[in-house]
Amino acid sequence: MTKFNGAEIIMECLRKEGVDTIFGYPGGANLPMYDALKKYPDIKHVLVRHEQSAAHAADAYARVSGKAGVCWATSGPGATNLVTGIANAWMDSVPLVCITGQVVSWLLGRDGFQEADITGITIPITKHNMLVLDVEDLAPAIAEAFHVATTGRPGPVLVDIPRDVQQALCEFNYPEKVELAGYQPKVAGHPQQVKKAAQLIAESEKPLILAGHGVVISRAAGELKELAEKAQIPVISTLLGLGGFPGSHELFMGMPGMHGMYWNNLGIQESDLLIAIGMRFDDRVTGALKDFAPNAKIIHIDVDPAEIGKNVKTALPIVGDVRTVLQQLLPHVKPARHDAWRGWFADMRQKHPSIAIPETDRILPQYVIKKIYELSGPNAYYATGVGQHQMWAAQYFWGDNPYSFVTSGGLGTMGFEVPAAIGTQIARPHDTVWAFCGDGGFQMTMQELALCTEYELPIKFAIINNNYLGMVRQWQDRFYDGNKQSVRMFQPDFVKLAESMGITGIRVSDKAQVESSIEAALRHPGAVLIDFQVEEAEDCYPMMPPGVSLSDTIDQPKMQQPEFAR
Amino acid sequence: MSARLHTIVALVENRPGVLNKIASKWRQRGFNIESLTVGHSEVPGLSRMTFTVDGAAHDIEQVTKQLYKVIEVVKITDVSDEQVVARELVLIKVATSKDTRSAIIEIVDVFRAKIVDVGSDSLVVEATGIEDKVDALIGMLTPYGIKELVRTGRVAMVRGGLSTVAAPAVDGAGRHYKSAGEGKPKVGSLI
Repeated sequence: MTKFNGAEIIMECLRKEGVDTIFGYPGGANLPMYDALKKYPDIKHVLVRHEQSAAHAADAYARVSGKAGVCWATSGPGATNLVTGIANAWMDSVPLVCITGQVVSWLLGRDGFQEADITGITIPITKHNMLVLDVEDLAPAIAEAFHVATTGRPGPVLVDIPRDVQQALCEFNYPEKVELAGYQPKVAGHPQQVKKAAQLIAESEKPLILAGHGVVISRAAGELKELAEKAQIPVISTLLGLGGFPGSHELFMGMPGMHGMYWNNLGIQESDLLIAIGMRFDDRVTGALKDFAPNAKIIHIDVDPAEIGKNVKTALPIVGDVRTVLQQLLPHVKPARHDAWRGWFADMRQKHPSIAIPETDRILPQYVIKKIYELSGPNAYYATGVGQHQMWAAQYFWGDNPYSFVTSGGLGTMGFEVPAAIGTQIARPHDTVWAFCGDGGFQMTMQELALCTEYELPIKFAIINNNYLGMVRQWQDRFYDGNKQSVRMFQPDFVKLAESMGITGIRVSDKAQVESSIEAALRHPGAVLIDFQVEEAEDCYPMMPPGVSLSDTIDQPKMQQPEFAR
Repeated sequence: MSARLHTIVALVENRPGVLNKIASKWRQRGFNIESLTVGHSEVPGLSRMTFTVDGAAHDIEQVTKQLYKVIEVVKITDVSDEQVVARELVLIKVATSKDTRSAIIEIVDVFRAKIVDVGSDSLVVEATGIEDKVDALIGMLTPYGIKELVRTGRVAMVRGGLSTVAAPAVDGAGRHYKSAGEGKPKVGSLI
């Protein structure tokens, strides 16, 4: 049999796994992998400008495509630069395979040049990681990495490979099947529990579905819709669950939590049955746990048994893949109307229009985001950063595509937007991709703009530029007596920056230009950056202050006033 | 839910980094491991770890659930509420003189411990038992001057024929194991 070197074995493995794109950056310890690239023209390498972006782009690519994202980097700083991206994928359960070069095996542990103990560093933020010391173990290790990353509750897996292992020769045998005694994720839910769930649903007068990322990950949007419609249950989508239920559906209630809809936060407190599907009761969703959903029994469907009872007490846990469990559950669910309960929501929405946008001549950030959604149509993809613009993007999201809202939920990584938009556009080359950028976060990863020119990516960047680290400023105003510290910074000229990167830049400082600039960007065949100079002092509401209960959510303090200026 | 000492037995694949991964999960939740022993199990390639950890039952359950997620962990069981045989081994180097030697030997006999090394001015005592017995022996020998002491920490085995911690069946040698039945024990009742 032909012998391959370790680097070629990596490439053979990637080919077996159907990988078409690697996001990466070269260096001394992964040069053999770069040497092997030219023999595998079917696998595209995307050269980022910072390894963090390789992980983020692969992360977004995975979320949008449903396949594992692949990124690689060299040893030492290359590997440590991946760490934020790996942590991001870990918190949001994204299947990522990260391959790092390592110093030659005989230098391990001797502080060789560009050595970092990356398997040690990434233990708490990977689902699994491995240091491969023998080329014979390489193909099984990579097979194991893909298997673990993509099954059960997905997550990042890191494989660390010393340079000499990449150069050693070996026959290529790819394991047909990976079997791990310590890893057998449950797929089907316990039939008895499923029946009990149907019973609880039938008995409930005020049921609510809390749909999380698990619905999107397990591709259960169809099943969720069927369940909601059959029993006429209002659906609340968590930040990462957005898209898992059609935004245009009459049963769709939007997001709950810290910046969620007022009616949802009160609705959760009012409900007698929460059907939590593929979500993990994050503190940003629940508020103070002791006051959370005092009247509700909780059905918790999740693939990860460790999530059961982690944050809230569950009346009925069902461990299994969301889609499979919903398929099991559907035949047992009795059709229902829940008219009174749905009327309660309609009434609340009437009284508390949470996200109504006031009339003003100034450019409100929400207005820009809403206009982008309206003008881009239902098939566009949206990547966001973290902060106020992200919350507004989530509040006004109305898409029906389960994979179209790409955001950093658990880790809350500023700067995610730019590389995430790149990963999204590469996964969906023919669709419109918007990056909603904060003016702060954008400056963390703006070097990646160059990729739009290099790889002809027609991404539309919308900088929601309030000239502040807006969310931090909002907290300083609210909780630190308005002591605004380190939230205003010098800004580059974003339009000139875009032009220097070879893409079109537009500055919008007049409300009348908002629509026309969005339309111009959508018409333009290449990448466009729009610097929207929005109202600086706008706060994001509704807001549940940290540490209080959902019942204490503040809807819109300014809505009562005739003029909204502070 | 008051804190108490829990005994947890884990069967893990004998691969590099496993101990680190497991310790990391305890550390992340702020637990202090009271004792830890690791050694081979009845199945080649599988190591058996015994932890004792102080904490409330709910918190311990949370960590054991997280430990399941370590890929190399094949099985993990909290045996605190089981009927178990629990033992630890201690070696004590105690100072002796002509005047004290016979008194020490008497104590050692009472505790059914053994003297495994004799020096001109010291003895090494080996004892096995539950922690209370070991504590008592140490208490008795302390007045004579303990020069050195080492305890292994607890190892535990469930009594009787049915084992809650036995390794799943092995399919072939090497690193990949096929488990019997559904593999890991279920957490909680019906999930």
